[in-house]
Amino acid sequence: MDEQSQRAQVFTITSGKGGVGKTTTTANIGVALARRGRTVAVIDADIGLRNLDVVMGLENRVVYNLMHVVRGVVDAERALIRDKRVPGLLMLAADQHSDKDDVSQEEMVQVCEDLRTHVDYILVDSPAGIEQGFRNALAPADRVILVTTPEVSAVRDADRIVGLVEAAGKPAPVLILNRIKPDLVARGDMMTTADVLDILRVDILGVVPEDAGIVAATNRGEPVALDASSRAGRAFHNIAARIEGETVPLMALDEAEAKGFLRSLSNLFRAGPDGG
Amino acid sequence: MGFLDRLMGRVGPASDASGRVAKERLKVVLEYDRARLTPAQLELIRDEIIAVISRHVDIANADVEVKLEQGGRLVAEIPLGRSGGGGGVTGGGGR
Repeated sequence: MDEQSQRAQVFTITSGKGGVGKTTTTANIGVALARRGRTVAVIDADIGLRNLDVVMGLENRVVYNLMHVVRGVVDAERALIRDKRVPGLLMLAADQHSDKDDVSQEEMVQVCEDLRTHVDYILVDSPAGIEQGFRNALAPADRVILVTTPEVSAVRDADRIVGLVEAAGKPAPVLILNRIKPDLVARGDMMTTADVLDILRVDILGVVPEDAGIVAATNRGEPVALDASSRAGRAFHNIAARIEGETVPLMALDEAEAKGFLRSLSNLFRAGPDGG
Repeated sequence: MGFLDRLMGRVGPASDASGRVAKERLKVVLEYDRARLTPAQLELIRDEIIAVISRHVDIANADVEVKLEQGGRLVAEIPLGRSGGGGGVTGGGGR
């Protein structure tokens, strides 16, 4: 993508259910895309429950937040915090002391509009739930990334999101299946990626294995994708590559699965930037 | 999907493996979610169907079943009463 000539695509990362790894996923896709030389703005849309800054380890550097931008205190571009570890990675924090109802969908769209000419990608970290905060995060989206874990409750909520995204007139979401435990899958005690895809009927963007390294990395405020050699880190770099249109096989959590995934992957970005 | 079949074949006989159970439970839950129906509503529909049909023909009320099948099919199984000859009238409809 050329530097300033193109308008950034907005990806909203959402899940319905809380605690499935939305914020970690947002941070890591941001790191991985920036490592590919892109300029990426990650926006924490979880107003009132700000998290993205601590997951990224940028909590001490926040000066301005989303509400300052919405209220016109500062330009969106100036409110972005530069991640010194990863050139091209920028973050806009949420306001801890405001409420989700303090921002409108139109205002979220406008914030993203203001940033579109300054960066290559905008990643919006949606709050959990399907209320105002979710609708605000969805409003500016060109593409929706749905994060879920292979659990009944999480997949049920994800299905609800698929319906709501469709109702909002957005392209069908693409799925990241997070925290897969290959040993549980192997002995039949966890739904497989194929099971979840069969139920949700969406395209897969990536699978992220459960990785104790993520906990340790997050404790330190260092997104795991900073270390591309870790298993989960590699998964996020693969996801970034797919976002950029490359065909990368899904991580081989087990050989039989990997073979089948190649097929579904080849269809993924066939339709181009506007398609499913 | 051939891949799915292979995978199923591999996981195979353990139809009580919790992963399979999870998938089956999800399928049922989502049929109701997607149809915006609750089991209680189905019960109500069942009672009303009994009321309407039994005005015209003798049916075995206790055996009438209304269920939501995969793919969004609402299916009513309405066995006729003894005087009707023991056959069944099945009605199906889309979402």
